[in-house]
Formats: sequence, structure tokens, C-alpha cells
Amino acid sequence: MKQFIKSCWAMLRQLSGDDAYERYLRHQLLAHPDQTPLDRKSFFQREQERKWNGVKRCC
Amino acid sequence: MTTLTTPIVPQGWSQRLLWLGIAITGAAAAGGIALNRGESINAIWFIVAAICTYLIGYRFYSAWIAARVLMLDETRATPAERLADGRDYVPTNRWVVFGHHFAAIAGPGPLIGPTLAAQFGYLPGTLWILVGSVLAGCVQDMVILFCSMRRDGRSLGQMARDELGPIGGFAALLATFLIMIILIAVLGLVVVNAMKHSPWATSTVAATIPIAVFIGLYMRYLRPGRVLEGSLLGVVLLLLSVGAGGWVDQQAGLREWFNHPGLPLAFAVIGYGLLAAILPVWLLLAPRDYLSTFMKLGTVILLAVAIVILQPEIKMPALTQFIDGTGPIFAGSLFPFVFITIACGAISGFHSLISSGTTPKLLENERDIRMIGYGGMALESFVAIMALIAACVLDPGVYFAINSPAGIVGATPEAAVATITSWGFPVTVEQMNQLATTMGEATLFARTGGAPSLAVGMASIFASAFGEHLLAMWYHFAIMFEAVFILTTLDAGTRVGRFMLQDMLGNFSPKLGQTSWYPSVVLTSTIVVAGWGYFLYIGVIDPNGGVNILWPLFGISNQLLAAIALTVATSILIKTGRIKYLWVTALPLLWLLILTTTAVFEKISSTDPRIGFFAAASDLQHKLDAGLLAADKAAVAPQLIFNQQLDAWLAMLFVVLLYLVVGDMLRMAWRRQRGLSILPSSETPYVARQHLQSAKE
Repeated sequence: MKQFIKSCWAMLRQLSGDDAYERYLRHQLLAHPDQTPLDRKSFFQREQERKWNGVKRCC
Repeated sequence: MTTLTTPIVPQGWSQRLLWLGIAITGAAAAGGIALNRGESINAIWFIVAAICTYLIGYRFYSAWIAARVLMLDETRATPAERLADGRDYVPTNRWVVFGHHFAAIAGPGPLIGPTLAAQFGYLPGTLWILVGSVLAGCVQDMVILFCSMRRDGRSLGQMARDELGPIGGFAALLATFLIMIILIAVLGLVVVNAMKHSPWATSTVAATIPIAVFIGLYMRYLRPGRVLEGSLLGVVLLLLSVGAGGWVDQQAGLREWFNHPGLPLAFAVIGYGLLAAILPVWLLLAPRDYLSTFMKLGTVILLAVAIVILQPEIKMPALTQFIDGTGPIFAGSLFPFVFITIACGAISGFHSLISSGTTPKLLENERDIRMIGYGGMALESFVAIMALIAACVLDPGVYFAINSPAGIVGATPEAAVATITSWGFPVTVEQMNQLATTMGEATLFARTGGAPSLAVGMASIFASAFGEHLLAMWYHFAIMFEAVFILTTLDAGTRVGRFMLQDMLGNFSPKLGQTSWYPSVVLTSTIVVAGWGYFLYIGVIDPNGGVNILWPLFGISNQLLAAIALTVATSILIKTGRIKYLWVTALPLLWLLILTTTAVFEKISSTDPRIGFFAAASDLQHKLDAGLLAADKAAVAPQLIFNQQLDAWLAMLFVVLLYLVVGDMLRMAWRRQRGLSILPSSETPYVARQHLQSAKE
């Protein structure tokens, strides 16, 4: 039961993009360990700009 | 070849019995709805019929399409895996992708279309929402998602260009752009009509703007990237704004600040749209989108729970006399206009843009497209069923009094109730006044656009299920919910329109094509806003309510985009040698071709001025020449005449664009048949998942 609630919470965070920065850090560590990752604020600023350059919503 | 875990036919007796049970229950519920005459029918049967239909469609038809037509391959690496970059291409859990995809496709369309289509009675709308989604809408979303996934997540426009050639590609792009303009105009009109002379609604909707800006600042500077926390705070503020709006409405002086007729509100919406398009996304657009997504999902779940708890009785008859085309809300006979009006609830062309946008770049495994493409649309269609229920639980007299424009039923309450009662839907002035008072509104007569009537329906369902004394609160909650969600589409749509325009202009002047060059941003945003602003303005000054013209035009354009998407899908099925199963997309395409062509033909050639654009223009011209119009109507008549003619040409342009794309497909099919050269299929070659995984390690 506890495990289920935990995975639901993790899914909700992922759905809303709440954990985007943590996922980014993990990805950077795996894919580009040589680069210094962006801090939380700059990452979020870059993400929002990128996320909204396309069709995101419809009728 | 295909390696799917879901067999097309259920294995084992218990499984088979279960699916037989679901089929029988669904058939019984649907049969009960369809054959019921005279007696009132409970809304729960609509829910049962809908769920069983989606389950059967999902379990059998989508599994069959996945295995036989698309031949989904679990061993094949998806673009998310092959091109993983941690940004656009990210292998993502399928439930998370489903959530993203559903949040993106669910818009205000399936709430408004079914509400308007209820003028034909509950039956036509219900049947088309169920049949259309299972056989056409879900199939379109799923096949386009598949096509895009096999092409590295390319957009519909790019696929049209790659598979059909530059003409098809350009026609698809132009059609999408024009649809966006019409869509935003009609949605703007819906919001304006909901706020007209309603200080409560206007102040609440106005408050959503500073709330969104505050959340934008919060998520950027105070607590960067804390999306859940920020959104929760925003939702609480939105709920408070509904209460605050009620307080504003009580203040004699303050309420006048928010008490406006349609035209100033339309200009406010236009100004807001321009501002939202040129301001940075993080300040207004992104936070508004977070809030609207939460509100939307919350309200939809709440509505489903309320319907199940309350089990309201449907009061609308199965069919009304308006199937002959004389309906007050929009004119036009059952065929083709019920299909055109329902639009997004059964099949929505717009979804093809989402299915070929971010979603295909997130898929972890090919088999997920069944759940996300087919299942996502089934859920969207379920929202449409609930909107239809909310419209049909109202007394038909009340429903028509709210939704009929003054130009049709008469400008005074007395005239309106007399007209509506004479149709056989009894309603009284006292009843309407009483209802308006309990909803906290000055009047509910002629509040066209579907939003107020949906809000009344939702408020009565919510109030009966969760507390009768809060009717006015629930009503304005529903209005706020619809407005938040419509304004998000308005912001996002203007922005997307701007990108498309910049893309097209970039062919002539590379500088204008730069999405980061500010003068180009301002110029193209202004053009897009002027485009939809024009239609919104005309819709507001039109005494017949504007929705009458704009919604069918929107429906036609939306179905047309769906037809273009299905043409691209059919071309891809032809090229990849799936001729045997061509009908899966070709039959819905043929149906949409018949539908849109008939609708456009009627809108152009009908001699009834309520249906035909040209007929309306010449009718108005005659009245103007004969001096039959009152001074205020005569003043706007030239603009209305011009607009009717413009609408006619626009509708014709839509059909021409569609036939260009279809013609391109037929030319390709013919050349392929003759063994002549055609553009090769742009599908990316097979790469095995295992191979890739072992190579990485």
C-alpha cells in the first residue's frame, strides 16, 4: 500500500513536471558527466521557453 | 514481425465471459437509450453505454488495428530511445505520457459542441459521440501517433510534405492556420457571452489573470520549478476568486466596474490575447496552463462522480422537431450539422497536431500507442458525453431560453418564453428569473455560446450531489473553469498561430521567420490577433448571436483538418503496403469528405438565410435597401453582409485545400499503381531495442 502511494506521488510529480530538475540532473550525470549542470532556476527558465515553442493545447 | 502481448481474441473462458457480459450490458444500455420514448431516462445509462462502448472498442478494435494494420513491434526501438536527449526525446512511463497527452487534447470543444447539439435531442449527439469516437476519432489519433512515431516524431505538416509533396504540405499548414483563427474567435465569443452583464463572472475571470501572473512569478523567482506547490496555491486562489466575485457582485459601486455589454468585453479579450502573445511565456501562458490543467482534470472527475452519485433524470426528448433544420441555436438539418457541431467529442482534427507533436517523442515502447492514442481519445469522448448529460438534465424550455439568441426568439423575456413555449417546451418568465437569481445572475435569457447553459447544468448536478445552497457558487465556479480553460487555448493558440505565420513568412523573408526577433514577434502576433479579433467582433455585433455562424464554421474546419490527417495516414498505409486494411482510415476519411462537402455546400448554396452565407448576405441587403432595419441594425448591416460573404469564401477555400490534399494522395496512389516513381516512405528503418541496450552498456 505504502509502495503504491509512493509510486502514485512519483507519477504525479513527473506528470506535472515537478521533478523535472531532478530528472535533468540524473540525465546530465549519465550523459554528460564532464559538464556542470545548470542550477534549478536557470534550468527551469530554459525549460519553460522550450516547452512552449510548439502546439501544446487544442480545442 | 509483430510481437504483441495482447491477443486479439480473449483467451480462456472467464475472459470470454467477462467480455460477453460487457458487450451485453453495453448493448442493453445503448438499446434502452435509443428505443426509449416518452418516459424519462436516467443519465446513468448514458454512462454505462459509453463505458461499455469504449471498453469494447479499446479491447477489440484497437488491439486488432495494433496487431494487423499497424503491426506494432515491441522489439523496435522508439524515437525516445534512439534519439534520447533528455529534453524532447525522453522514454517516459506510459501513464505519464497518457496524462500529458490527455491534458493536451482535452479542450473546451467537447464541452461546448455537445451542449449546442442537444437542440436535436439527446439521441443523435450520444450516438455520434460513441460511434464516431470508437470508429473514427480514436483511430485517427492512434494512427497519426503511430505514423509520427515511426518518423522520429515529425509533425503532421512535415509528414504531409514528406509523403505527399510540397502542395499537400502547404495546404495542410494553411488549413491548420485558418482553423486556429476560427477556433480562437469562437472560443473568445463563448467567454464574452458568459461575462456579458455579469459582474460576478467578469470579475472572477479578470482575477484569473493576476493570479496566473503571480503564480508565474512564484515559480520563476520565489520557488523556481516547484510546479505542484505553485499550482496548488493557484487553484486555491482561483477558488477564492469565485467567492470574491460574489462579494464584488454585492457592492453597489464596485459591481459597475465589471458590468459591461459584449463589445467592450470583446475588446478586452482581444487586448488580453495580444498581451499574452507578446509577453514572455513564463509570466502568463505557462502558469495559466498549469492551473487550467489542474482545474480541468479536477472538474471532469468531480462531474463524473456527481453524475454517478446523483443519477439525474434526462429531461430532453430523444429527438426534437429541430432535426429538420429550423433549430434556434444553430440552423441546419440533422445531417450534416449534428456531426459538424459535435466535432471534437467524436473526432477532432486538432488532435493530430498533438499526436504528431510532443507525444510520439516520449513513447517508451511501440505498444503504448494503443493506450495513449486510442485510449486518450476515448476518455475525451467520455467528457463529451458528460457535457451532453449536463445539457440534457435541464428542462428543455430552460435550455432553449438560455441558448437561443434574441434575434430568433424575441428580445424581451415575454416574447422569448412565448416563442419557446409555442415549440412545445414550456417555460415561464418567473421560472427563468428564479433560476437567474439562484445562479446569482441578472438574467439567463439569450446567453448563447453553450458556457452558461453548461454551467447551469453542472451547477444543478453539483449542487444536488454536494449541497443545494451553493448554487450560485457552483455556477460561477463552472464559468470560471470554462473561462480559464478557454483563455489558455486562446493564449496558446495565438502563439501557435504566430509560429505558423512566422514559418510561412520565413519563406519570403528569413528575418521575419526568426521566432526570437522581437519586431517579427509583435508583427505576426498582431496579425494573428487581428484575424481572430475580427471574427470575434463580428460575432458580438451580430444580433443572431454569432455562435450560429462561427460554431458551424469551426466544426467544418476542425473536421476538415481531421480529413487532412486521415489523408496523410491513408497515404502512409498505401505506401507501406497495407492496402488490405486501407479502409481503417479510408472509410472515416470518406465519411468526413461527404460530411464537410455537404456542410460547405449547404452553407454556400442554401436559400435559407439562416443557413446559407450568400442567402443571408442578400437577405440583409434587401432589408437594408427597403429600409426595414432599425437604425442600430442598419448601422452594422454592411459589416455583417461583408462578413457573410467572407465566411462563404472561407468555407470554399477550406474545401479546396482539402481536395488539394486528397487529390495529391490519389495522384500518388495512381502513380504507385502504375509503377511510376513516388516519394519514398519516410519511415525510419528498424532498430532493435535489445541491440541498442546492449550497445549502450
